[in-house]
Amino acid sequence: MKVAAEGLAARHPAARDGAAPALRPVQLAIAPGEQLAVVGPSGAGKTTLLHALACALKPAAGRLELDGVDPWALPVARLQKLRGRLFLAPQTPPLPPRQRVITAVLAARLPRQSLAASLRSLLYPTDIVAAQAALAQFDLADKLWDRVDRLSGGERQRVGLARALVSAASLWLVDEPLSSLDPSRAAQAIETLTRAARERAVTLVTTLHQVDVATRFPRVIGMRDGEIHFDLPAAQVTRERLAALYAQREHELIGPASAPEGDDAVSGPVADLHGR
Amino acid sequence: MAASPALRDPAWTGRVFWMLAALVLLAPALAMTEFKPWLLFSAESLKSTRGFVADFFPPKIEAEFLLLVARECWRTVAIATAGMALALVIAIPLTLLSTSVLSISALPGRMHALPFFARQALRWLLILLRSVPELVWALVFVRVVGLGPTAGVLAIALTYGGMLGKVYGEILESDERQATHALLRNGAGRLQAFFYGLLPQSAAELTSYTVYRWECAIRSSAVLGFVGAGGLGQQMDNSMKMFQGSEVATMLIVFMLLVGLADTASAWLRRAMA
Repeated sequence: MKVAAEGLAARHPAARDGAAPALRPVQLAIAPGEQLAVVGPSGAGKTTLLHALACALKPAAGRLELDGVDPWALPVARLQKLRGRLFLAPQTPPLPPRQRVITAVLAARLPRQSLAASLRSLLYPTDIVAAQAALAQFDLADKLWDRVDRLSGGERQRVGLARALVSAASLWLVDEPLSSLDPSRAAQAIETLTRAARERAVTLVTTLHQVDVATRFPRVIGMRDGEIHFDLPAAQVTRERLAALYAQREHELIGPASAPEGDDAVSGPVADLHGR
Repeated sequence: MAASPALRDPAWTGRVFWMLAALVLLAPALAMTEFKPWLLFSAESLKSTRGFVADFFPPKIEAEFLLLVARECWRTVAIATAGMALALVIAIPLTLLSTSVLSISALPGRMHALPFFARQALRWLLILLRSVPELVWALVFVRVVGLGPTAGVLAIALTYGGMLGKVYGEILESDERQATHALLRNGAGRLQAFFYGLLPQSAAELTSYTVYRWECAIRSSAVLGFVGAGGLGQQMDNSMKMFQGSEVATMLIVFMLLVGLADTASAWLRRAMA
């Protein structure tokens, strides 16, 4: 999917009047099938950018075009149909704790299914093979029939990513996919996501805290204070640029030399911690 | 040793104020309801209480009477169950239509005006249904469909439809909505989001509240029996009018068993769905 943002600005619906918008007017053009990483310190507006691109937030100013169509000019039903072609994966995997993994994964198919078909799939899962294949990509094939609340935090996060693989979306917007994965799992997860996106010619935008992972993407966007600081091929993202981006926030700069942010063994209730 | 100002709980004065305010508000209410519990223990009251309670012993356990009680008990459960089934038919669609969690237009911020007013109107319909006590509905339906269980069933269906609709709505709105919103944001329909996001999130709470309401409906159908809506209540009314304390005692025991049964069922269901 082709993405074009012209002076796109957005604010959280619960934000105070007069508060600076979380996303200042930005220019962004993404070609179909392109893959890019968004980095920046907390509160830089990375998540807000993803939400604005996912039509989850109405632009406060500017214009968004997805495949040449302004989604906000569409009637509600057409907009909802368009959302079915987008896949937004929040940082906290949005999985009901009592649901089984198979159901949670197949839920990504809902936009393409009729209500009757989706109810039938609750009675007996319709595409067990696809769900299993998607989970296997993340080493979770054996968790197919488990309940979500029996999984560790890292496993939940990978189930959330496996959802993308069964969805029919042509734009994946993935928020902090590695926040509770250990380094080896993180590498595997990113490898799987980028490969799957390439195979399907899906456009992939992912926010990341790990700049060493981000520089493996062909294109990297640096954000700070709701603005795009740089938008460059990975090769030109130098240490100096990153240092400038994270100035006064160096402790958030997670590079090759620093410790991982989370570990795979985190379990228990996953709170909605990310700052939108 | 006095604590330094920084270590003193700043919420303390507010808490004391509201506790005192509650007492001040409660006092006129007690006066207005002529709340004088010591009257319960005056010699005269104790005598009449003793007489009434003594009449309960022993509970009547003749086979013929027990058979009658069993039949009426079964009818009471049937009234409650049929009433609840109809109430669900009313409540479920109204809940789904009125809950703001499933609003697609509210996803990027504010709900559009038309869906907002439609939801508000349905909420008022729920208020209308439950604001009329089931006893009044029963009196209305006894006139319309005549004496008997049908009036009880209809009365429970309307009032409980309103109550279930309201509380279901509150359960759905108080639960974590992240899963549901993620589905809606990714293009799922409202009902799909309900079945794949909202329902698995809230199923246990919804079930346990429904079973509790079924228990209430059993009690309620007994009260409705007093105005001629059939079941154990009607029988109890007869026995009370004839001063048959032992019969009343038997029926009260049966009631306790029924409520205990509902409680067990609810606990079991909650465990099964946990």
